[in-house]
Amino acid sequence: MITTLIYDGTFEGLLTAAFEVYERRLVYVSLKKGELRNEALFTEVISIITDDGKAQRVLRGLKMKLSPIGVQRLYAAHLAEIDGEDNTLLGYIRYVFDAGQNIEEDYGNKYVMRVSEIVRMVRREKHRMEAFIRFRKLRDETFYAGIEPDFNVLPLLIEHFKSRYADQKWIIYDLRRRYGVYYDLHDTQYISLEHADVKAANVISAYTSDENLYQDMWKNYFKSVNIPARKNSKLHLMHVPKRYWRHLTEKI
Amino acid sequence: MDAERITEKLNILADAAKYDVSCASSGSKRKNENKGLGNASNGICHTYTEDGRCVSLLKILLTNHCIFDCAYCVSRKSNDIRRAAFTVQEVVDLTINFYRRNYIEGLFLSSGIFKDADFTMERLVRVAKKLRTEHKFNGYIHLKSIPGASDELMREAGLYADRLSVNLEMPTEEGLKLLAPDKDRQEMIKPMGFLKSEIIQRTEENKLFKKAPMFAPAGQSTQVIVGATAETDQQVLYTAASFYKGYNLKRVYYSGYVPVLADKRLPGLNTAVPMVRENRLYQADWLMRFYGFKVNEIVNHQQPLLDLDIDPKLSWALRNMQVFPLDVNKADLHLILRVPGIGLQSAQKMVSARKFGKLNWEHLKKMGVAVNRARYFIVCNSNDFERRDLTGSRIKQFILAESQSKYLKNSSTQLNLF
Repeated sequence: MITTLIYDGTFEGLLTAAFEVYERRLVYVSLKKGELRNEALFTEVISIITDDGKAQRVLRGLKMKLSPIGVQRLYAAHLAEIDGEDNTLLGYIRYVFDAGQNIEEDYGNKYVMRVSEIVRMVRREKHRMEAFIRFRKLRDETFYAGIEPDFNVLPLLIEHFKSRYADQKWIIYDLRRRYGVYYDLHDTQYISLEHADVKAANVISAYTSDENLYQDMWKNYFKSVNIPARKNSKLHLMHVPKRYWRHLTEKI
Repeated sequence: MDAERITEKLNILADAAKYDVSCASSGSKRKNENKGLGNASNGICHTYTEDGRCVSLLKILLTNHCIFDCAYCVSRKSNDIRRAAFTVQEVVDLTINFYRRNYIEGLFLSSGIFKDADFTMERLVRVAKKLRTEHKFNGYIHLKSIPGASDELMREAGLYADRLSVNLEMPTEEGLKLLAPDKDRQEMIKPMGFLKSEIIQRTEENKLFKKAPMFAPAGQSTQVIVGATAETDQQVLYTAASFYKGYNLKRVYYSGYVPVLADKRLPGLNTAVPMVRENRLYQADWLMRFYGFKVNEIVNHQQPLLDLDIDPKLSWALRNMQVFPLDVNKADLHLILRVPGIGLQSAQKMVSARKFGKLNWEHLKKMGVAVNRARYFIVCNSNDFERRDLTGSRIKQFILAESQSKYLKNSSTQLNLF
């Protein structure tokens, strides 16, 4: 019989679920995010309570069987938060533990292949955010950027922006997931804002006086470097999908 | 700051620089260890123009005043256009403010020739120096070396810039003579030779002393304009290959000529930009740099022009059918890299994955192989493969019939096939 495991969607929750699979010697399992509901009449349902101790033990195990990069990749795949892929992540973890050797390059295996696909999608969005984030300078000299990525990539962006903008305060805020990161010239911390929907129109007064000038010059620059004789809208859209436009200064 | 004037200058001097195709911002290793601004290493394209080219650097001219009169260049002396010049401080402010907002990876600074080579080069160097020393800027800086500038200025440029470039402009000396009579090919190449030996010497020093200053860590590049004169692809690619080898260049850029001026030495104003040809040249360039192809395998006397309707790797494969089919479960990596439809990443994945078990079509597809092309050239762990003894030209027909390449509709050669 299939046992359905319900977990909270966090990485620790995922690892706890893996722990329970081995602890209870479960064979056929299905993992789902969410809350316990009684719709699954014909299967056994277990609600996983995220437990740091159990998660740490699984993580230690993973670190022994995978390269450091392999562990990071699993974490990145989890950040995709794709519905219905929980079983892939759990399947991957079980394959790691059940195999006698390091399996992270066994692309013939369906879990390894799928995790690799998901990681590619997440990395691509991370890379796009590194490119498409546009800061605006607030009056207190903090640089603010709002983002709405498809995947939850903000945690993967911190190192990049911290080492790049070491001498300016900045905030990157995920408007969809309602949390952000603030760098205060020394360290970063997670924050949540009351009025995060800071948009150019309603809070002009929040920005420095030269903010508009640089935005305008950037827009002008963007227009000046275009070569009309080479116009290729399909290629343009492929590189800059429309869903990112509302936060791109040059496309607003 | 006069907002209106600076905006106008930016418009003029960005517009004038846009035909320079160099865009890379990678290959350096500048870290932000001084709590300063920025780092340069990974190369990020921050946006894309409506023509689909990437924007990673603030690419501008210091001035479009120029004492030269090169026929292919919008900034040439005899062209009646608006002229402008930035001050050193204006370029620095623009760079810093764009960089802080994450618009760009750094600066690409080129220039018309103000008065003479040294006068111009000295100003370019001053911009870079100011960014590095006064603003602790670690972002990417690409400076155009002005042919004829003194060794002393070139040396200083290398200390502050990540990359330096001299544009060859035309693939051959004759082409240059025809369109840029003021310019001398030998004079243009000279700084490349100087920089090459300087880079080698500094690399040696870096091995000995960990803290020796960096010198143009992202190396040198150049660009050639294609389609303004009558050179064949063979001439273009042999020029590129000899510069890669002789001057350790990191990149050669190919710029399809955009007709901007009426001149009887040049293609007419209504001539289309040779975009497909330019794309094929880049593909050929990649084959030389990453796939282990020799230039004479791509173009030679029998084959002086690249195929416009298929890519150069497929073209090579069709001319060398005796090499195939390869067994992807056994063949060496360098041979797998020669299969049409298999890229660097998928080739590496295949070689890793086959240690765990034999690969079949499904695996290859998942790894990103373009099976519609590759299937004519490989066998794998499956009975289902192309058994028919097809000739190269039949395979080309099959592949073209399935292909949805955006270039095909512009290509007239495909009509001959059917």
